[in-house]
Amino acid sequence: MRRVYLDNNATTPVLPEVFEAMRPYFGERFGNASSIHHHGQESRAAVERARESVAALLGSRASEIVFTSGGTEADNLALAGLVTAGDHVITSSIEHHAVLNTGRHLEEAGCDVTYVPVDGRGLVDPDDVRRALRPNTKLISMMMANNETGVLQPVEEVGKVAAEADVFFHTDAVQAAGKVPIDVTRIGCDLLSISGHKMHAPQGIGALHVRQGTRIQPLLYGGRHERSRRAGTENVPGIVALGKAADLAVQGFEHGDDKNTAALRDRVESGILAQVDEAGVNGDGAPRVPNTTSVYFDHIDGEALVIALDLKGLAISTGSACSSGAIEPSHVLTAMGLRADRARASIRFSMGKQSTVEDVDFALALVVEAVARLRELSPLYKKAAISN
Amino acid sequence: MPNPRTLAVAMSGGVDSSTVAAMLRAEGHNVIGLTMQLWNQRRLAGHEGMPESVHGRCCSLDDVYDARRVAEHIGIPYYVVNHEERFEREVVRPFVQEYLSGRTPIPCSLCNNHLKFDQLLIVARQIGAEQVATGHYARVEFDEARGRWLLMRPADRRKDQTYFLFGLTQEQLSYTLFPLGNMTKPEVRELARQHGLALAEKPDSQEICFVPGGDYKRFIDAYLADRGDALPDTAGELVTTSGEVIGEHGGIHNFTVGQRKGLGVATGSPLYVIQISGADKQVIVGGEESLYSRTLRVSRVNLIAVDELREPMRVSVKIRHRHEPAAAVIEKIDSAVTTHSGESGDAEILVTFDQPQRAITPGQAAVFYDGDIVVGGGWIV
Repeated sequence: MRRVYLDNNATTPVLPEVFEAMRPYFGERFGNASSIHHHGQESRAAVERARESVAALLGSRASEIVFTSGGTEADNLALAGLVTAGDHVITSSIEHHAVLNTGRHLEEAGCDVTYVPVDGRGLVDPDDVRRALRPNTKLISMMMANNETGVLQPVEEVGKVAAEADVFFHTDAVQAAGKVPIDVTRIGCDLLSISGHKMHAPQGIGALHVRQGTRIQPLLYGGRHERSRRAGTENVPGIVALGKAADLAVQGFEHGDDKNTAALRDRVESGILAQVDEAGVNGDGAPRVPNTTSVYFDHIDGEALVIALDLKGLAISTGSACSSGAIEPSHVLTAMGLRADRARASIRFSMGKQSTVEDVDFALALVVEAVARLRELSPLYKKAAISN
Repeated sequence: MPNPRTLAVAMSGGVDSSTVAAMLRAEGHNVIGLTMQLWNQRRLAGHEGMPESVHGRCCSLDDVYDARRVAEHIGIPYYVVNHEERFEREVVRPFVQEYLSGRTPIPCSLCNNHLKFDQLLIVARQIGAEQVATGHYARVEFDEARGRWLLMRPADRRKDQTYFLFGLTQEQLSYTLFPLGNMTKPEVRELARQHGLALAEKPDSQEICFVPGGDYKRFIDAYLADRGDALPDTAGELVTTSGEVIGEHGGIHNFTVGQRKGLGVATGSPLYVIQISGADKQVIVGGEESLYSRTLRVSRVNLIAVDELREPMRVSVKIRHRHEPAAAVIEKIDSAVTTHSGESGDAEILVTFDQPQRAITPGQAAVFYDGDIVVGGGWIV
């Protein structure tokens, strides 16, 4: 069966160049980057080169990059590493669970957390952030791009709010890195999280930009790795891969890869809207990353659509999965004010660097057919048809 | 293999449904495994009397894990579908409401009617399955002479689950397969072993899947507390069958018809709960002889083997899951009694037993059998 993968916001395939770059570090270059001998020096050099590459992607300095096990750890380190009992934190209602649930944990630990809302397009109003400020506000954490809708938050304006109020600013850029150019200075953030596997490096590697002079408490205690900000022997192959993926992302922007991706995304959207009635794009009208679109199809269950498409060879997704693998109602779409049935009727397409026009056309044909079948067998659709 | 078909299997993570999936796969069908996520077992964790973690129960992560392992082992695609919201609305809330109204509900039948053979069937057909197979012990067959789908008791009488399936419609039955209908439980376990299923020795589930430990009173308390609702005050009087008030009780939901223990009164002869009156919150008690009754009425009737009950019919009737069907006559109650129009679900049926039956319990189902054939059934009022 032909299989097409348009779920790159869940994870991306490791690009061949990235895999080649990391491969020696599983075998012949196996050294511990902390060792003083030849093998250690070889690994240390590779880690530091990768750190420079990641810094270049983010407009950061190499000394400001802390490698982590992924985006979740980076988010945890940013929040829990900075905030202590009695502090106030401002974040948004549409953050990834890595931030939301860290926020809940901090609340239990004696912090106050404000979750600012979003409008119908999925955008935070920076004035809401400003209004949420309190004398004890320590940190604002606002995602750069949303994983479900791809909507880009006004992080530069939020950065200004943070600077004026002299509070720390963290942005979860996991879904933005490699998709749109990032410059920590322009954003004005003190902390910024990225994840390797969302940008064609493997799972299990991520990084946190920590602006020089920002003192964070480590989550893990042990050796003095990563300037005592993250103990544990470095994941050298993963770090090398993240460095390579960062290089490729930078080159991609120079070659206009993001514009090609946007063209694929637009092809998905216009194809669906032209061929399917009672469908629409969530977050339409807001600035978005080029690779993501969230589409609703009224009167269907997005969960059944995802399964039907998977059985036909198309991998897409909806909402976020809970621990059993079942799909939970999307907190993001609900926060945008979508009706519950429309939130349930939404699916997400997300393109990667490997995605092609053929992939998109294959997907479109399957989606149009599957939506028709689902509606034909949907009691909701029949009910709506009768009442019309 | 002459005719491979696309079949969905409702997989619970237990031996029965796992074996069904393995059997159908071995027969060469395109099998899709589906598990319904119905209830978050951790939701009430931490409330008084509720366990912190629940193992080996329906909808627990362990069961999903087991089902997924089976799917992987036999090489079929497998998905978990989330029906928590509907399960709460159609099964859990009515379950709590029934107890608070003085009845003794059967959530499994509601789940079959509203979830397993409704929502799951819709999803299965939407994703391209021709039929849905389950691990129930029952048989389904099309009867040419009647032109109807029949639900029948299985070969293994001890495992008979037809009592919980009386609500299935003709359309639902036409899309349903019960591959275990002609097998006994030991045979199923043996087949599971032959297919190399690691869970072949997994114990059967016995209790209501969302009520850990079977303590429904604690569940009701915890559920209402979780929703921020106060437990309604259903305390009232303990009254004898002759109308004498002999004490107080703490709430009608603590009682079920036929119950002897926990009445909180001491009398010379043993007392049983004879009736629970939701309207005036009375629990009526009496001697064992008062528990017996020859008649009952059912509402929300579903007929399977016949399209209508035109004249009285001799059947045997089961009034609870563990009840030996008893000879009876069923007849439609004069339609002037019913207030709603036409639909079969509105008409009530009167059941008259040859011999009085013990502890006829409102909220339970009465299911009518003609030999092995399920004629239909309804809810005892």
